[in-house]
Amino acid sequence: MISRKDVEHVSKLSHLKFSEQELDLFSRQLEGMIEFVDKLKEVKTEGIEPTSSVIPVMNVVREDEVKPSFSQDKALANAPEKELGHYKIPKIME
Amino acid sequence: MNLTGLKAYELAELIKSKKVSSKEVTTAYIEKIKKLNKKLNAFVSVEFETALKTAEACDSQLANSKEEISPLFGVPIALKDNMCFEGTKVTCCSKILENFISPYDATIVEKIKIAGMPILGKCNMDEFAMGSSTENSVFGPSLNPWDNKRIPGGSSGGSAVAVSAGLAPLSLGSDTGGSIRQPASCCGVVGLKPTYGRISRYGLIAFASSLDQIGPFSGVVEDNAALLRVIAGYDKKDSTSINIEVPDYTKYLNKDLKGMKIALPKEYFGKGGLSSDVSTAVNKAIETYKKLGVEFGEVSLPHTDYCLATYYIIATAEASSNLARYDGVHYGYRDKEAKNLGEMYTSTRAAGFGNEVKRRIMLGTYVLSAGYYDAYYLKAQKVRTLIKKDFDKVFEKYDAMLTPTAPTPAFKIGEKVSDPIQMYLSDIFTISVNLAGVPGISIPCGFSKENLPIGLQLIGKPFMEGELFKLAHAFEKANNYNEKKPELL
Repeated sequence: MISRKDVEHVSKLSHLKFSEQELDLFSRQLEGMIEFVDKLKEVKTEGIEPTSSVIPVMNVVREDEVKPSFSQDKALANAPEKELGHYKIPKIME
Repeated sequence: MNLTGLKAYELAELIKSKKVSSKEVTTAYIEKIKKLNKKLNAFVSVEFETALKTAEACDSQLANSKEEISPLFGVPIALKDNMCFEGTKVTCCSKILENFISPYDATIVEKIKIAGMPILGKCNMDEFAMGSSTENSVFGPSLNPWDNKRIPGGSSGGSAVAVSAGLAPLSLGSDTGGSIRQPASCCGVVGLKPTYGRISRYGLIAFASSLDQIGPFSGVVEDNAALLRVIAGYDKKDSTSINIEVPDYTKYLNKDLKGMKIALPKEYFGKGGLSSDVSTAVNKAIETYKKLGVEFGEVSLPHTDYCLATYYIIATAEASSNLARYDGVHYGYRDKEAKNLGEMYTSTRAAGFGNEVKRRIMLGTYVLSAGYYDAYYLKAQKVRTLIKKDFDKVFEKYDAMLTPTAPTPAFKIGEKVSDPIQMYLSDIFTISVNLAGVPGISIPCGFSKENLPIGLQLIGKPFMEGELFKLAHAFEKANNYNEKKPELL
């Protein structure tokens, strides 16, 4: 069971917000989805290793070399707001 | 000559022998897009000027040099709108990326450029590739060319429509749980999801990183084989791409199938949701393969019933993490009214994402949250191991598996939008392939009573796409399903 309070908590964790009406709908739909995935509880998985990737997992390392990359202009080209070569954001606290 | 009715390999041959120029071919497709796209909504952005420049460069290279050219030189192609193409809009069909201009090329785009293929534009998709119908696109759904009241499948629906309606001879899609194969099935074209690691994902906007894979759409198998060779291969910019030689896949075509063994997983047949038209067409395909000398055996994939649940935990968990980057700071949409940073994150995301994306971010966040991680996410990863082992076991004795691609032909627009789980069930036969990381291809295998295309899925061993092409090509030659085209307008 997932309560409306749970849904509100998850929406905070997700940095999302919903209207009262949306919360009703999402609570219902999320509950349905969780009920659906709860099916996995039937499967015995003691001693089974988890698969996070189907390919043999290994650390891929490389030399730490300086190489050409984006110019400052290019990196900032999509910024919603910028100033003096920096990303500009609203105040962190009021 | 009707250039837009030809296969990509035929176009390549005409261009190479200078009977037709790449510019003429590209222009023919541009004209067709101009004529039909308004109705079908396959492309969400077009790059005609750039495409014509590439075509002209191809023609002048052919005129002036004897350098060896790539097998698809001069043949135009369309991309899915989640692939970075420098200097062009890449939106994932989401409001949150509505103004994003990619500052770089995806590795596959680099490869396409090197191969001399003009890029016509980008195709419609479900927002962030989350969906099975393209109805979740901020640009509205693409229409199925076989019946304009029906969905083309998804999420790579626009790419499938482009090839099916002859707006492009080739296109690329991405497949996380069936997003290439299911639209290929709905639109009557060939669609391949290669092995995980076969193609670099660098520059593919991520949905679920352990499942996502890029793959080709084409009218016929031979074109698909040629295109896979262009885009496949190891890339140091993608640490999950694998360094295994890329064969000439066309060498697998026109081969005898005698002695090949195909498994029929019993859980994929006779299921409640399987339509009788699909079942009939697939059974007929099995008979065709028997005549071609293939041996069949029934097998069991005992964890089939858990695939969808496993997928929706893993895919949403990965998505919730991947989509955390859309916060209105570096690129994309920002709610400029927000008073402080925290509010800006939240209101930007609330306004920028559509409902299905929000649902999946919420489920993904939930299954990763404190107290639920072990019960859901870790559990799903363990079940994934069991699912993969089921596949490994079958492939000890068989060359491939054969299943329907989707339980039904294309459904009606609006039919499943209000019920997320019904929508998820349309991927029931394709999802396991992504969880196991193996290659799968959908090829046309007939038509329903309502004249809608039906797809057949062949599933292969890791990195054995060549064997899939061999099987698919032999079937194509034994039938003429690919020759039938939708009547447009």
